[in-house]
Amino acid sequence: MMRIHADRTVCVGSGMCALTAPEVFDQDESEGRVVVIDPNPAGEADRQAVNDAVDLCPAGALSIV
Amino acid sequence: MIQDPPVPHGFPIERHDRYSPPAALTELRQRRPMSRMRYADGHEGWLITSYDLARKVLSNPLFSNAPAGVHPVLGGLQPTKEQKTAPPGMFLRMDPPDHTRLRRMLTGVFTVRRMNQLEPRVTEIVRHQLDQLEHHGTGADLVEHFSLPIPSLVICELLGVPYEDRASFQVDTAAIFRLDTPQDERLAHMDSIQKFLADLVDRKKAEPTDDLLSELTRNPELDRAELVGIAFLLLIAGHETTANMLGLGTLALLEHPEQLQLLRQDPDIVDSAVEELMRYLSIIHIGPLRVARADIELGGNLVKEGENVTISLASSNRDPERFDDPEELDLRRRAIGHLAFGHGVHQCLGQQLARIEMRIAWRELFTRFPKLRLAVDPSEVPLRTDMAIYGVHRLPVEW
Repeated sequence: MMRIHADRTVCVGSGMCALTAPEVFDQDESEGRVVVIDPNPAGEADRQAVNDAVDLCPAGALSIV
Repeated sequence: MIQDPPVPHGFPIERHDRYSPPAALTELRQRRPMSRMRYADGHEGWLITSYDLARKVLSNPLFSNAPAGVHPVLGGLQPTKEQKTAPPGMFLRMDPPDHTRLRRMLTGVFTVRRMNQLEPRVTEIVRHQLDQLEHHGTGADLVEHFSLPIPSLVICELLGVPYEDRASFQVDTAAIFRLDTPQDERLAHMDSIQKFLADLVDRKKAEPTDDLLSELTRNPELDRAELVGIAFLLLIAGHETTANMLGLGTLALLEHPEQLQLLRQDPDIVDSAVEELMRYLSIIHIGPLRVARADIELGGNLVKEGENVTISLASSNRDPERFDDPEELDLRRRAIGHLAFGHGVHQCLGQQLARIEMRIAWRELFTRFPKLRLAVDPSEVPLRTDMAIYGVHRLPVEW
């Protein structure tokens, strides 16, 4: 089972996660920081996209625990 | 016996091919991806040419992006005594927490969702510029009528800068980015834009309109100098970058007809095409540069406190360890993860805006002119090897 951890204190609001895995990540309205909308994605495509988002995050804010 | 590549004196900029990084950089990446480099003032620093090391430097907070301790990588880029700290509001040249405080005031405006909402308006702007291009007829300059005005109009509208005033800041912007502009002249051009923006900030304060600059003037945390600095950064970054991707990217597509054909057949690949063109072209072709704030172990070497580390994004984006057949332009590849927008806390704030601009611009351009071609021989297209941001100066086209 996949569990996503997003560290909003280091997030820089680049939007790479919301771009790469839009079913799983969004950005808040005020500061554009990461919001996890599906912390436990079941679909294979989403899980792959989450792995990509973790790799792409410029601030290292995402991890899978 | 194979000779080790020599230590470069200054950052290599001499190109043998329009689209590829200088051969000296490629050779270093293959043989010594973390190399010593002698800076223009004699400083012995480092040069990074691999993807992995570039990412490590850009994401390590011990490498500073502030102006203090920066040595010039090219003769013309001598920093002056006055530039020991970033000007107010210029958060790109600040480290956390100052950087974080200012960037967070803006990130809410540049989210994926907010940028997607701009699509209809950007499409309108693009179509209007295509009308302009068509109106000028065969041989019209795609840079003048298409690639420069599109991002310029978009950022002006977003910020609230009157586009009619562009003559006053486009001349200054061009001079700032010319590599051989003497430093005192460069500062004079920066003053000129800042004066223009200071007047604009005062007007927005007195009579707010519906735009980002007016919104920022209502923020009690920002003083006038910071507002001017932020406006300056967004205005400059918002135009020269996307403009040059559109110009050089169009040339690259026209010179790779089999790739352009893929895009024409399946416009849905425009998303991956944008990423691939950014990877392949890497228009920020000099730097970024960082200063070590402590002794740092990197790639089996010790970077000593105060030493400068310069990265070649263009070479990093051609690293075969990350991208298969990196020298090939392949619009269908997964190029996302390229470093053309940078990496780390300074990764481009406007990247999602740039993405929608390029997506719409190329989609509309090749829909309107399916037979678009160069009006001159490719060798006659003037390249921006003399500018801090690479691209084409002009691109005469016909259809």
